[in-house]
Amino acid sequence: MIVAGVDIGSLTVKAVILRDNEVVATSTLITGDDAATAAKTAINEALKSLAERGMSVTLDSLDHIVATGVGRKEVTFAHEEKTDVRCDAVGARHIFPSVRTVVDIGAESCKVIRLSKKGRVEDFTANDKCASGTGMFLDVLAKVIGVGVEKLGELSLKAKKPAKISSMCTVFAESEVISYIHRKVPIENIIAGVHESIANRIFGMMNRVGVEKDIALVGGVARNVGVVKALEAKVGESILVPEGPQLIGALGAALIAAEACGTA
Amino acid sequence: MIIHYGYADGSGEYYLIVDTDKCDGCGRCVEVCPNDILELAPDDYGKVVVRVKDEFVNSIGYICPACKRRDERCENVCEHAAISYSW
Amino acid sequence: MVLVAGVDIGSLTAKALILEDSKIRAYAIIPTGVDSEETSKKVMNIALEKAELRLEDIEYVVSTGYGRVVVPFANKNITEISCHAKGAVFLFPSVRTILDMGGQDCKAIRCDASGKVLNFAMNDKCAAGTGRFFEIMAETMELPLEELGRLSLEATDAAKISSACVVFAKSEVLTLLRRGVDKKNILAGINEAVALRVFALLNRVGIEKDFAITGGIAKNIGVVRKVEEKVGLKALIAEEPQIVGALGAALFAKEALEQVKK
Repeated sequence: MIVAGVDIGSLTVKAVILRDNEVVATSTLITGDDAATAAKTAINEALKSLAERGMSVTLDSLDHIVATGVGRKEVTFAHEEKTDVRCDAVGARHIFPSVRTVVDIGAESCKVIRLSKKGRVEDFTANDKCASGTGMFLDVLAKVIGVGVEKLGELSLKAKKPAKISSMCTVFAESEVISYIHRKVPIENIIAGVHESIANRIFGMMNRVGVEKDIALVGGVARNVGVVKALEAKVGESILVPEGPQLIGALGAALIAAEACGTA
Repeated sequence: MIIHYGYADGSGEYYLIVDTDKCDGCGRCVEVCPNDILELAPDDYGKVVVRVKDEFVNSIGYICPACKRRDERCENVCEHAAISYSW
Repeated sequence: MVLVAGVDIGSLTAKALILEDSKIRAYAIIPTGVDSEETSKKVMNIALEKAELRLEDIEYVVSTGYGRVVVPFANKNITEISCHAKGAVFLFPSVRTILDMGGQDCKAIRCDASGKVLNFAMNDKCAAGTGRFFEIMAETMELPLEELGRLSLEATDAAKISSACVVFAKSEVLTLLRRGVDKKNILAGINEAVALRVFALLNRVGIEKDFAITGGIAKNIGVVRKVEEKVGLKALIAEEPQIVGALGAALFAKEALEQVKK
């Protein structure tokens, strides 16, 4: 039994292939302007890596495909589509069965999901209309600071005193960052301030939904250790981060696909 | 005067709404606020009423919703129903 | 003859206005510098020069706007909300609802016939629908800021912009440009997104006629038309929509002076 989950995000498409509930292949690529083609390519990429290992499977022979993410409606070859909230919940619980709060920070959205003890979604809040608290916020500010977005996390750990960024709006925060740069504030302090600002925003969303332990952080931004630390400091709890946090939605979709085939 | 303190952003509208005609400046709401975001001050027409401190106006959506699980919150302790929320 | 002044220190521009009895004698608008106190002196001096007056001739000064507390020569400061209502009702006595679209914020105000504020909501947390928003859009599309309004009216098929968030709108605009969509149609889409956003703010306070738009964006005819469409009312716009706050401050100064004299 081979199934696939594909998560069409605003920036990247992620695919996860499961064989008998085991992850056997994954892939990530840029979404671009054509979500449907990107989704197909992502699954084919993952299948190619399977073929290299002697498992020959074609897209048409997959037993079940579940699509999720903002672009899920464009994936015409999927058998089913499921919301990001559901897929995040299923994916996160699979890795960390004790999780009750899932925070997902993606490229252009963020959400907080509260789960029951059994893993049912009890409440959630999402933001996809405003760049604050998303990966885009980090992207824009990293550019202004002049460092690659992947370096932000490590650099921020060296901060002695985070610079306070009072605006949540990316555009206003940008002006604050520029004025710190002009005043020669060390960039690690500025970056730490940027991370605190995201943490404040996310913490507010967590407050709205209500936080239950354990807490997991997923989505591409979870790879930024500075954001994880800032959020842990704000919440006062440790936060679980899975390996490949950006794949959790696609993993959830794949698990739902497997369930549909009766293997879970 | 009805004053909407707060903002709207991508995830919704977050306003703490004060009706200064109903507010008698008793200050009970200021006392119960666990985050100390309220104060009494004269408005532009000279009446002393409750207001949200400037530095908190743009964080209402992050601070205030946590109070929905508290019984003793500004909205509830006001005898004149001068305070309401948009969330 | 009574001479009073209003000084409005906004986030992007500072305005000073001198009132002689109930007539505008002179006004000045300059960009707000790093030092708001210096800016306030500078803008006041320009207005005084135009009026051929000295600061000593002015009997009462009211300051308003973001930087209202740092104006050293002000006798009193009043929030920009009250000043905008006062100024708008002075210019257009029938006005009951005012939308002020400034450099970094947006305000919706409902007032009574005397210009007293009844209900207001403001958004200065988010750059959507502010002057900053349009600056960035003009940059992204490589168009002069003051041309945006006029060009958008020539749109034949408005593009869909789903978000009023500056950052998201900018990336949507870049995608549309890559696809070769006409800039005029993109501009119309942007105006639609902004109009939707400010319409929600107006609905918070309730809309009553007549309706006026103040602030720098009132000069963008494309935005004004879209907002009018949503509101269903024609918008009254001052000849110089940026000085309405300073005018209101000067009117408050006049009232305060009359009180003092009594």
